Amino acid sequence: MIHDKKAHKFGMVIDLDKCTGCGSCMVSCMSENNIPFKEDESNKLDTLTWMRVFKLTNGKSFPDTEVAYLPRPCQHCGGWGDHGHSPCVSVCPATATDYGYDTGIVSQIYTRCFGCRYCMGACPYKARYFNWWDPKWPEGMENYLSPNVSPRMRGVVEKCSFCYHRYQLAREKAYAEEREIEEMEYQTACTTACPSGAIIFGDLNNPEHKVTQIVKPDPHPDAMNKHVVGKSRNPYVFRLLERLGTNPKVYYMSEREWVRKAGDNYLEGEWDKKKNHHGSSSSHG
Amino acid sequence: MKVDRRSFLGLGLGAAAGIAVSPVAIKLTDDSSIWTQNWPWTPVPEDGEITYDHTACSLCPGSCGLSVRRIKGRPVKIEGIDGYPVNNGGACLHGIAGLQYLYDPSRVKTPMKKENGRFKAISWDAAISLVAEKLKDLRRKKMSSSLACITGSDKGSVNALFKRFMDAYGSANALSMPSLEGNLALTAATLHGADHTIGFDLENSDFILSFGAGIIDGWGSPVACFQANASRKERHAKLFQIEPRLSNTAALADKWIPIKPGTEADLALGICAVLLNKNIFTPGEFGTGFSRFTAMVQKAYAPAKVEATTGIPAAQIDALAQAFVKADMPVAVPGRGRGDYGQSLREFAAVQTLNALAGRLNQKGGAFVMAAADYLSFPEAVMDMTAEAGAGKDKLAATVPQFFDTLAASSAPAVNALFVYNANPCYTLHNTAEIKKAIAKVPFKVSFSSFMDETAMECDVILPASTFLERLEDVPSGAGLSRTVVGLSRPMVKKTVFNTKNPGDAIIMLAKAMGGTVAESFDWDSYDQCLESVAGDIWDTLSDEGVIVLSKGAPNETVATDFSFLSANPAGAGTTGQGDFTLVAIDNLRLAGTVPAASPFAIKTVSDKVLLNKDILVDINPDSAKAKGLANGGDAKLTTALGTFKVKVNFDQGIMPGVIAMARGLGHTLANNPFAGGKGVNVNDTIGPMIEEGSGLDAAFGTKASISRA
Repeated sequence: MIHDKKAHKFGMVIDLDKCTGCGSCMVSCMSENNIPFKEDESNKLDTLTWMRVFKLTNGKSFPDTEVAYLPRPCQHCGGWGDHGHSPCVSVCPATATDYGYDTGIVSQIYTRCFGCRYCMGACPYKARYFNWWDPKWPEGMENYLSPNVSPRMRGVVEKCSFCYHRYQLAREKAYAEEREIEEMEYQTACTTACPSGAIIFGDLNNPEHKVTQIVKPDPHPDAMNKHVVGKSRNPYVFRLLERLGTNPKVYYMSEREWVRKAGDNYLEGEWDKKKNHHGSSSSHG
Repeated sequence: MKVDRRSFLGLGLGAAAGIAVSPVAIKLTDDSSIWTQNWPWTPVPEDGEITYDHTACSLCPGSCGLSVRRIKGRPVKIEGIDGYPVNNGGACLHGIAGLQYLYDPSRVKTPMKKENGRFKAISWDAAISLVAEKLKDLRRKKMSSSLACITGSDKGSVNALFKRFMDAYGSANALSMPSLEGNLALTAATLHGADHTIGFDLENSDFILSFGAGIIDGWGSPVACFQANASRKERHAKLFQIEPRLSNTAALADKWIPIKPGTEADLALGICAVLLNKNIFTPGEFGTGFSRFTAMVQKAYAPAKVEATTGIPAAQIDALAQAFVKADMPVAVPGRGRGDYGQSLREFAAVQTLNALAGRLNQKGGAFVMAAADYLSFPEAVMDMTAEAGAGKDKLAATVPQFFDTLAASSAPAVNALFVYNANPCYTLHNTAEIKKAIAKVPFKVSFSSFMDETAMECDVILPASTFLERLEDVPSGAGLSRTVVGLSRPMVKKTVFNTKNPGDAIIMLAKAMGGTVAESFDWDSYDQCLESVAGDIWDTLSDEGVIVLSKGAPNETVATDFSFLSANPAGAGTTGQGDFTLVAIDNLRLAGTVPAASPFAIKTVSDKVLLNKDILVDINPDSAKAKGLANGGDAKLTTALGTFKVKVNFDQGIMPGVIAMARGLGHTLANNPFAGGKGVNVNDTIGPMIEEGSGLDAAFGTKASISRA
């Protein structure tokens, strides 16, 4: 039973000018969600990292090179028009992944998944991972596994859940105390771990929450692309491959233009046009 | 019943329609996937009551406060403690992965003794009496000085107990591994007076001039540095990073100033020269040698000369000097990378002199010359004749690298027994092959390691230490933090995972087994009782709150600066070997450079541009690489004075041409640990030591190297 009648829309904004690429979020995620590890994890195609930090460069040569890091959790897409038809949810034949209209979180039910991996093909962000092997921990190490997240088995797909179990714990507590959950009560493991405070997490439907205040999501569909909803009215904030209309709930922020440009693939000259458009749309917001 | 065509078709269609609308098919698929996925070997973690308990981390000198989530007393997750005076809620990946160290496959599970080259499990009593008999024998032969002890650090009560054991036993040869804290204490002793350390008020400074210090690459107290760096955006504080390659720190800095490797001290002295020449320095309590220093830098570090050494244009050096003194609260920070190893006193002193000349000593946002934390009150050790005689003798060496030099050079064993605690010199020090040869000369070696690492393997007896999550211990801050904080590490498991002990207890047991005055010096039943008594006044706060802040903010007193060390213009480090390239060791936050080796989680986060399968990749500028016919991602042979190493090549636009960078922390040989062990090259195998005269520090920041296609 959902005590909270109001629908939440949990999301985050990651400040790429603060992210140092230290990897705390990745390890916090692994530890929180019982993610296994293998002897060799250097083949990044078969390694399980719900949260993965990518390294971006501006492509210029010494000494004009610049580097930025981009942490990539599941983007929890709302799909075209933000109606909950996320790319992965739409293709799942087993209803193993679903869109939570009360939270905006894209779920994954491991035991329902039969491993067809359509969702992995559908995900434009490569946020989904397949268990090619059964997890194996060195002797005794199973002792640190958390009961809040079930360990997965060979043959299923897994991905970031925005630490849904943390939401459940916070919600149960709030329910018992007959109140709404507070902003800081539900935070993902990566957010709490970040030593630079680069990740801000909260409810994009709640104007009081810091994430909403930074992102300033536009409630109306984008004038240029009706599938895009919730576009940021902050000129420094962007989403990955935004024009696809997947409507991710993970936003990124940078004052560096080349970093913002790295959020999508642009034709020659296209970026300058977009920049100008962005300027005009943010002025009336 | 007769089945005619009509009813046959009717039934058939009905059945088809029935199957199509019925959920049975879907239900069966679903069920079959559920049944076939509930394997008995997939663990089902036990549920129970959740609690959060506080402890302090001692994996690195950072001394962060950690909150451990436990299910019915079983630890499942580590996070930072909100409001903790070091890390305020944040944590680094090694701390978060701390639980993996509890069950690390390379842990030493019980006391061990080496027999015919193989380790054999023995009881604690047997191990302690074995060590005690050997030591008693040495002492009887009046050779107490030939026991040496290497610890990871000299701070906190456990290290103090090791030192106390050495005192009571009668040996002055207690040494601690190279560390940022050690370098800062040495710098303070050279410039400002003994028993001090230096803290950098990064969170208040509005202009950080970093001489390669990896502010967000693991320097100092890493999480505190991350937070100071992150707050720069709101504070509009600048960071200028001087470094041969675009490290993560350089990448987030306002300005990255590439410099020829190893010439940071020259630049610092060049800036000093500009300040003195233009008379834009702040006069202070400048003692001995100031005028000599002034004359020296003006002559030897004129802008043109410094430009030639460092590769930075004279005009830029001039501008840098001006910007530094014009800022409201500038601070200069020494220590390349983590600032612990491969550093020179010359560089540390030169950078700290810059702080002195800019009037930044004991000023908000500057460099604090702080009294060394002195919160433990041990009773005097009971000294007999042997102990007194030992105390009167000179140390064999000032530093651990120098100690191994001495060991290697002597034909008769320079020491007859060696203790190693929380240190892995056979991995961490340059030219590990020589270190292993030197350590093999010591007839009796005792390790207090938690892990079967490179040094533990060389030892004769192992008295395994419990990890930080299994024991009580005071955890003092240091490593350049601008405040003095003592945290309390507390056991987070109901009992130790293996048959290990707090090394403090091991030392107390050993002292008792020695008998006589050594035993009298250790008049405690257990380490826990010892800590409570020596922590004295602060124990109540420490045990109730888990942390105590001993000092914060700029110290009130003015500081004198002694210029005599630098005024003699000590020689720079230089590099050994031959080749067109300079190979430098770099610190990668996701790898651990010292003890313990990186956890499986940490290794998992390492980029495939650093470690691919079992090969290490070295960073090289594409232009330099192409000139040598190297391909991006291709195999190469890297040759230094110490040998030829198989590496892969990573084209990195963010590195100076002519420089090759190799990450510290790979190339481990660890028993039963295929996660961190047996991967890549240990950069310390490729670089030879270079002991700096006057300080005894190993100042080798790199080596000459050549590289060719393999």
